[in-house]
Amino acid sequence: MSRLHVVSGKGGTGKTTVAAALALALATEGRRTLLVEVEGRQGIAQVFETEALPYEERKIAVSPGGGEVHALAIDAERALLDYLQMFYKLGGAGRALKKLGAIDFATTIAPGLRDVLLTGKACEAVRRKEKSGRFVYDAVVMDAPPTGRITRFLNVNDEVAGLAKIGPIHNQAQAVMRVLKSPETAVHLVTLLEEMPVQETVDGVAELRAAGLPVGGVVINMVRPTVLAPDEVDLAANGARAGIAAALSGAGLGGARRGGRAERLIDPLLEQAREHAERVALERAEHTEITGLGLPTYELELLSEGVDLAGLYRLARELRKQGPI
Amino acid sequence: MTSEYTTLDASAPHLDVDALLDDPQTRIVVCCGSGGVGKTTTAAALGVRAAERGRRAVVLTIDPARRLAQSMGISELDNVPRQVKGVSGPGGRGELYAMMLDMKRTFDEIVEAHADKERARAILENPFYQSLSAGFAGTQEYMAMEKLGQLRSRDEWDLIIVDTPPSRSALDFLDAPKRLGSFLDGKFIRVLMAPAKVGGRAGMKFLNVGMSMMTGTLSKLMGGQLLKDVQTFVAAMDTMFGGFRTRADATYRLLQAPGTAFLVVAAPERDALREAAYFVERLAAEQMPLAGLVLNRVHGSGADQLSAERALAAVEALTDMNGASNSAPADGNRAENLDEDGIVDLEGGKAGSRTADALSPAAPALHEQDSSATPESKQSPEARSARLAAGLLTLHAERMQVLARERRTRDRFTALHPEVPVAEIAALPGDVHDVAGLREIGDRLASGAADTGGASDAG
Repeated sequence: MSRLHVVSGKGGTGKTTVAAALALALATEGRRTLLVEVEGRQGIAQVFETEALPYEERKIAVSPGGGEVHALAIDAERALLDYLQMFYKLGGAGRALKKLGAIDFATTIAPGLRDVLLTGKACEAVRRKEKSGRFVYDAVVMDAPPTGRITRFLNVNDEVAGLAKIGPIHNQAQAVMRVLKSPETAVHLVTLLEEMPVQETVDGVAELRAAGLPVGGVVINMVRPTVLAPDEVDLAANGARAGIAAALSGAGLGGARRGGRAERLIDPLLEQAREHAERVALERAEHTEITGLGLPTYELELLSEGVDLAGLYRLARELRKQGPI
Repeated sequence: MTSEYTTLDASAPHLDVDALLDDPQTRIVVCCGSGGVGKTTTAAALGVRAAERGRRAVVLTIDPARRLAQSMGISELDNVPRQVKGVSGPGGRGELYAMMLDMKRTFDEIVEAHADKERARAILENPFYQSLSAGFAGTQEYMAMEKLGQLRSRDEWDLIIVDTPPSRSALDFLDAPKRLGSFLDGKFIRVLMAPAKVGGRAGMKFLNVGMSMMTGTLSKLMGGQLLKDVQTFVAAMDTMFGGFRTRADATYRLLQAPGTAFLVVAAPERDALREAAYFVERLAAEQMPLAGLVLNRVHGSGADQLSAERALAAVEALTDMNGASNSAPADGNRAENLDEDGIVDLEGGKAGSRTADALSPAAPALHEQDSSATPESKQSPEARSARLAAGLLTLHAERMQVLARERRTRDRFTALHPEVPVAEIAALPGDVHDVAGLREIGDRLASGAADTGGASDAG
């Protein structure tokens, strides 16, 4: 089973929420998970309704079975300074490099270095062990960059390894890449049943596969129930008007005769139903696209009031119910 | 049905998109906002509308949906604006051009334009350059702004509409050019350059101890080869450094100029509007001219006099009436009940099983519950009508709840930024794939009020 879960998805699909729910779902029965953020947006803090996360692993939630979710917002600059300190005892030189703009260069401009630092930190957490030999974290969940950039983000170690042909960055990149391409890692894509997110998911899966990165599952987020199927909407629109008017009237919504209050409701209600039917038909087509990928698929319902903490636990339960992810 | 908009308009000034597009002083419109809110579609729709109102407009898109790009004729990545067919203004005055940004090509073009042939080749072949230009942090943002500057200086169009990259933060495109600029002519570059320049001869003694420690550290970290690649790259780019900084500064000033208008695009959702509010504040801090907020995919209802509560109460009354012959559906599986019963009546169950199967792995559970609710093979017409009416009302209640939520989110934004003009785009049920769909979006944007009538030809 995978221990590093990389969660990506098109912007607006709720990947941070899904990553958080997954971290909670995996923290069953005394297990400990780490949820990491790499884009400096403090999205995790918002989802868990806590203050901004520092560059430090801290417990942010407990799961019903006694598991724990820890969180970490990885900051590339701090990660680089740590790294320099750890391997080169470069305290002073690190500061000098920073003053010179080298750290800024390294973490924002230098090809891929930023990404090596971010993925490297996550991989380090995956492999970290206690003195007893037990892993510190049973699973690490990463709220990763969006689908359009995920392959480059993860594969960047390959790129850096090719660019820096020797030296510690090269070695570090190689080590990270070994973890990312192993079965220990699973890259999950979050999507909605809409055209663009599904298109990006299909493209993203192809890119990940081409790069030899392990694709996990597809999480369909914000699934809405089908209240009326398209054929029922047709039925309602054609020939059932009088009956529906009578039913509305019977339910206390006014007169059913032509021009009566209930009768006047029918056109706008049918219009909404037609929009619903059109959406349902589109969603079915998109669903077929996803099924065609041949990947494990998970579904999370739309929480119409937005995702608060209670909603997050509910999504985690749903994920857990749908089997091992 | 326009009542909710009049209420909203009372609290926020209305953004008059047509006035903005018609004003010959408006030369650049930048669409920004967080991912997934419809920036690209909005930018393209503004382009169509501007052209059809007589402007000679060009739209710079970053990452359009494939079908939209195809229908606009810009799916080829050649980094040159193409005229969009079927769009023209009154008296044949308006025109629309569109292009999709090719970031690597844009970078290559800068190099080719600013270095002699040999030097350009050296840069283009440098491995460090190849990685940098293939799109690492900030390159896309920098290149989008670079392309904007290029289009502006060609002066072939009187209106440029730009989409912004799907960044980790909506603000990256403002920061990236400065960052790249300050790196490229910063102190660090000079340190990197030092060994390349003086090396070979008795170079090392000219470097002070600090310098050599620095390059020594870098060499240790990056490996000698990479450092050498970077140094060669930097040496080859030497003549262009001033250029980069100057261009980044020029683009930044262009964004602040009076002819520029920023439109912040957001969906009426909490996160998108939070990002939008942040953006509004940031633009003010940078003295960038904000034209207003475009609220995309706003829902309306033609029956908004009927509240969600009353609709739900009526649903309950209808299911009670039906209770005798048809077990009252519980909240979660109402859909499936309606489905199953409807199908038995209608088409011998084909379509119904499709619904359930297609929708979710949770469906089997719902089926089990359903099977306990005896399917009525000979349901009375009254029961059928009641069921359909209940479905219509349930949909309406959902719609009214969405409306209320959107209004609350929007009011929160307006309370924070009452000065920001707002225009709304009524939600379409489907995606936009063609010019007709873009035109419809433009109409909705300009009228600013939701028109629930008609899914249009966009879906």
